[in-house]
Amino acid sequence: MKTNDVILQTTTKLVFFIIFLFSIHIFFAGHYTPGGGFVGGLLTTGAIVLLLLAFDLKTVQKALPFNFTIVTGIGLLLALGTAAGSIFFNVPFFTHAFDDFTLPLFGTTSLHTAMIFDAGVYLVVVGAAVTMIQTIGGDA
Amino acid sequence: MNFVLLIFLPIVAALVVPLLFRKLKAIHTGWFVLLVPIVLFIYYIGFIKTTMDGGHAIAELQWIPSLGISFVSYIDGLSLLFTLLITGIGSLVVLYSIFYLDKNREKLNNFYVYLLIFMSAMLGVVQSDNVISLYLFWELTSISSFLLIGYWNTRDRSRFGALKSMMITVFGGLMLLGGFILLGIMGDTFSIRELIANASTFVGHEFFTLALVLVLLGAFTKSAQFPFHIWLPDAMEAPTPVSAYLHSATMVKAGLYLVARFTPIFAVSEVWIWLVTGIGLLTLFCGSLFAVKQTDLKAILAFSTVSQLGLIMSLLGAGALAYHSDDAIFKFATFAAIFHLINHATFKGSLFMIAGIVDHETGTRDIRKLGGLMSIMPVSFTVAFIGSMSMAGLPPFSGFLSKEMFLQSMLAIRHFELFNFATWGILFPVIAWIASVFTFVYSFYFVFKTFAGRQKSEPLPNKPHEAPSGMLVSPVILASLVVVIFFIPNIIGKWFVKPAVMAIQPGLYSHPSDVKVDVAAWHGFAAPELWMTVSLVGVGFILFLTMARWQKLYDIHPEYMSLNALYDSAMLFSEGGMNRISRFYMTGLIRTYLIYMFAFIAAITAATLFIKEAFVVDMESFTPINLYGILNAIVLVIAVSMVLLAKTRLSAIIALGGVGYSVALFFVIFKAPDLALTQLVIETISVALFLLAFKHLPSLSNHGLTKRNKLGNLIIAAGVGITVTLVALSAHSQKLIPSISQYYKDTVATEAGGGNIVNVILVDYRGFDTLFEIAVLSIAGIAVLAMIRLKLSRKEESTDENK
Repeated sequence: MKTNDVILQTTTKLVFFIIFLFSIHIFFAGHYTPGGGFVGGLLTTGAIVLLLLAFDLKTVQKALPFNFTIVTGIGLLLALGTAAGSIFFNVPFFTHAFDDFTLPLFGTTSLHTAMIFDAGVYLVVVGAAVTMIQTIGGDA
Repeated sequence: MNFVLLIFLPIVAALVVPLLFRKLKAIHTGWFVLLVPIVLFIYYIGFIKTTMDGGHAIAELQWIPSLGISFVSYIDGLSLLFTLLITGIGSLVVLYSIFYLDKNREKLNNFYVYLLIFMSAMLGVVQSDNVISLYLFWELTSISSFLLIGYWNTRDRSRFGALKSMMITVFGGLMLLGGFILLGIMGDTFSIRELIANASTFVGHEFFTLALVLVLLGAFTKSAQFPFHIWLPDAMEAPTPVSAYLHSATMVKAGLYLVARFTPIFAVSEVWIWLVTGIGLLTLFCGSLFAVKQTDLKAILAFSTVSQLGLIMSLLGAGALAYHSDDAIFKFATFAAIFHLINHATFKGSLFMIAGIVDHETGTRDIRKLGGLMSIMPVSFTVAFIGSMSMAGLPPFSGFLSKEMFLQSMLAIRHFELFNFATWGILFPVIAWIASVFTFVYSFYFVFKTFAGRQKSEPLPNKPHEAPSGMLVSPVILASLVVVIFFIPNIIGKWFVKPAVMAIQPGLYSHPSDVKVDVAAWHGFAAPELWMTVSLVGVGFILFLTMARWQKLYDIHPEYMSLNALYDSAMLFSEGGMNRISRFYMTGLIRTYLIYMFAFIAAITAATLFIKEAFVVDMESFTPINLYGILNAIVLVIAVSMVLLAKTRLSAIIALGGVGYSVALFFVIFKAPDLALTQLVIETISVALFLLAFKHLPSLSNHGLTKRNKLGNLIIAAGVGITVTLVALSAHSQKLIPSISQYYKDTVATEAGGGNIVNVILVDYRGFDTLFEIAVLSIAGIAVLAMIRLKLSRKEESTDENK
């Protein structure tokens, strides 16, 4: 079943990046406005699903040559590491730290360890969801 | 230094063992492991001085102070004796294993890790003063024993033996936990010393006898007492160093330790004396009787271990008589028990090592195939001879002394007058004598059938030769101890036995030297135990010579009547029975399970709602209905009915997506942007996922549902819907406790440094939830991968692990 889907494919190439950038935005904005790692991860997954629908599985795997199970693992480690890291500062498990920093380009902004944890959530969501979709879709 | 930490030294050492095994292939890993018990042994020797003066050392490490649970290392005469046995014999066994286990073929990393775990666990058992941590270590010994028995896990017999020992000892362990908790309730403390100090208040407490029986069940299962002894012969599938270490010298003695340790608490009870002495003697008798029947060298030793454990157990029971009578003859038994425990550890350890050597060098342990090894393996024969003669109770070996003391103690029971002993007491020396005859027979059987006589015509699997000298070091050391102890029993008594006796009977002695026992090999012609020994040697020798004629008698006892058969059928029955029960409600259909779940959710929630009179509707607090809401609700209802009425799966999937989107719109209307966003993306992805999986799904059918099924489903569905609605209404209408949102609003900027409460809850306030949720998500991802990629579900349905 090979249909001519030039329009879909061309739009997808553009839209994929828009969704992806939006998901990154949502991820970073999460601490102050709606969003966060979970939604961000889901949006990225959505973008990848769009790619899958427009192209076939092999092309997508070539374009995104990651092993998504490993992405899941990295995400879990990141999340657990952030939570466990507080033990080394002699505060209870899962105590977050945050402060304001002045960075070049960004100006004064607040940095928060919760964001590292959230990045872990993001990676787990992307990793697990794409793993499922790839395996179910790839099982022809 | 806080020496409680030393208990954990082996476990910590176990962490580096796999690394050493990987990186230093050229050196046998055992050499590194050997350092651990040697260092510990040398360190603990330093405590002898303290315990010889009747003192003790104590170190504590808090664990859960709020529950009164801590790691305590309490070293008195009894725990020091066991500690030295564990580390001393541990060193010899590790040394022996270096030559027994080939460094290229065996998984040494596993072996030594298990062994070190065991060492820690065992040290913990004998040193813990807190019953809860004692229980923890107790179970850890069962687990490490399980792993070691099943070390050759490709063999069916190994796995069977491992499971059997695990089943029986863990059963005992759980009983023990119950006993400990009851003791904790009675004494309001988990410390053994404090329990002993309060012991007099326990008598007559309603839990007293129950706690006693439960503790004894734990001790009996661990020490392989009748009728729980059946696991020990099957545990012989373990590598021989393990059998020598766990299943003769240390772990099986944990039960004896427990009985000895709790004697001050329970000795006042008649039940205790009868059970410990009676079961011990019965075990002694059965073990020795069945040892003669065996044809496997290690099986003979296993039954002999069972029987010797019974002997020590009965002595400990008899020792409790000292609490009821001031007569000096009753104070003898505890000394004899500890003394025999030391002797047994030495001679049985050496015998196991010899059995391993014979197996290693000839390729078989079947005594029917062996014979005439004396000239080929002279050193092994000498060690085996010394060990066996000690076991048989002949001079000049240490076993003779403790056997004499045993007979003396059993004879003394006749003079005890309480608890019906006056009537039944005569049985004890009689059974002891018969069991000793059989002990004599199997000792001779073991050593002479293997080493004497002529070689069998049938060639052995390997060409026999003497073992390498490294392998002989450990058994030779143990055998020389057997001889040395015979000549210096009173020094051993002063250093080890008397402090231990004082620890068992703290109320009776104030200093170890108050234990007035003088071990002597010769008591004069008038001593009845001398004549018992003489007669049992005579009868035993005749029985040994005529063995071939009467050994057949054992076959009369049918296999299906044995305890093993009972265990097997109990296992089969419980497995089959449980299977039948599970199959009754586990239909394998997801729809059935959903029916169970939803029906219960609806019923339980609705019932609670009305019983607790929690159902309140307060129209005041409701948001006014607006046009968007009405329109959206209409769309939602239409979408839901489309899902129900759809003829094809595709339209059902799309309609389901519609349901999700309209719910998301509700979130928008009610100003929950985070939820709306998430819901929208989730719906999109799940519809896409459905479409991907679409081609794998069968076409929509009604799965043979009848009208009645459908009606049932309707009722359950409606029930769940109505219940949830009612709960939502009630929850909204009454606030029993103030809402937590205000707290979040107040602290989100100051405490958490964020602005969006929803996300801050996810990553900070309730970060634990999120952590576990992503863990679940990862597991789900891996499960999908495993199910589809590996297709495990279909191919290997019928393989059974335990067959």
